[in-house]
Amino acid sequence: MNVVSVPGSLDQQTIDSFFDEVVDVDDARTLFDARHLRWIDPNGMVGLLVAGTVATERQGERPHLEPPENADVTGYLARMGFFQEAQHVFDLPERSGRRAAGSSDVLLEITKIAANADVHAVVDRVQRGAGEILSSRLGYPPSAVVQFSVILSEVCQNIIEHAEAEGWVAAQAYNWARRLGRFVVVISVMDVGRGFRGSLGDQHSARYGDRWGDATALEAAFLHGLTRFPDSGRGQGIQQIRRQVQKWSGAISVRSGTARIAQVPEWDDTPPMVDHLRPFPGAQISIVLPAREG
Amino acid sequence: MTDLPLDPIAIDVGSVLQHTATSLYAHLVTRPTGRAVRMAIETRLGTAGPRSLSLIDFSEVTILDFSCADEVVAKLLQRYADPLGHEAFFVFRGVHEPHRDQVEYVLQRQGLLAVAETAPSSFELLGQRTAEEDAAWMSLERLGFVARSEGAGGPGDDLDRGAIDALIDRRVAFRSPVSGRVHALSHLVRHLL
Repeated sequence: MNVVSVPGSLDQQTIDSFFDEVVDVDDARTLFDARHLRWIDPNGMVGLLVAGTVATERQGERPHLEPPENADVTGYLARMGFFQEAQHVFDLPERSGRRAAGSSDVLLEITKIAANADVHAVVDRVQRGAGEILSSRLGYPPSAVVQFSVILSEVCQNIIEHAEAEGWVAAQAYNWARRLGRFVVVISVMDVGRGFRGSLGDQHSARYGDRWGDATALEAAFLHGLTRFPDSGRGQGIQQIRRQVQKWSGAISVRSGTARIAQVPEWDDTPPMVDHLRPFPGAQISIVLPAREG
Repeated sequence: MTDLPLDPIAIDVGSVLQHTATSLYAHLVTRPTGRAVRMAIETRLGTAGPRSLSLIDFSEVTILDFSCADEVVAKLLQRYADPLGHEAFFVFRGVHEPHRDQVEYVLQRQGLLAVAETAPSSFELLGQRTAEEDAAWMSLERLGFVARSEGAGGPGDDLDRGAIDALIDRRVAFRSPVSGRVHALSHLVRHLL
């Protein structure tokens, strides 16, 4: 059996090394050991589901997940709807799997994205509850909920239009007191589809020749708006997400395959491009929106 | 015969959205939803004769994403851009702050131009245009209509006629085939507001 130790903190900063560990598993069934998990954000939660899916596809059977021992973390995962989705990805112990009722502090619970109806459901949910959180935690104007919904719509459609596989989205607000001294909203959208290189390859790989790879595919889509569709109206989703994130002084990064590309605000020290990661399927998008200063 | 052989119609996009078979949704998001709404609008225009003026009303739409802005605004304009085809004119209503960015962006990206109500009863030209087109459109918008040609006397005699012709070609101004007068589209739909 493969044993993958889930780190004590699973978030945007640790998710790549976690994925690196996941791609190393062989054909034997995997145990994801999350007993020592103490902190997890939407990237970690959605990342766990994605990692479990990768293990299932590789091994032909669902991996086992040993849930966190910390009751606060387990309760938080339940409120975010993690176990509801995880029961379809992992073999879970009997004691887990219930969603806590009345999760009013959750910005957007983990939601599976498999069809356009799911995108509508996400926008509906955000419309009902996000305005208060964006206003009270981030100091955004009431109208920001519209642009926030548009971001989520476009980023979720990216899964349906390009991944040809299912994915998940989640969002939550946190107080990054030590890191930034402000509240932030973290949005995570991940899939295990064919990734940017796979999506763009047929149309665009020839012009890049030997340079074609995950990093160049990410640059093509993220920086230049290239898409596999000949329609000139396509490929604007990520461009517009970047533009709005920049307006809000936020950060956005996209991992696909062996590379991660990022639009980095001044408060962040993430490198704009990381290449030569271990090859991980699909695309993983992380967005961080900070509270307004002053 | 009237000077204006047009019978403007109003199309409430919010209502179309709720009654389109493929979408029982409250928001104008996702490309298939936008495509379904556009096709419903096109069906209505199919019975409009050789020439039409439509007030496409987004007032009841809460969320409009970029994909739907491309499908419902940009692709609708492109669909009727053929100078030899159905002569369709559009005014987009309710393109207020929450929708304006999306509409402006898709128009710019596709090199298109449209008349939009961007604040209650206040119209703007959105999309890709020259400074001359912008100035000519604003004058036309202020005057309501101008005479058929330079030197004909009357309002707008001093306008840049090349720019006015460009506005007509791009279907953001209407030249009456009866009088030759050039009309601002917003004035032709005011009774529908």
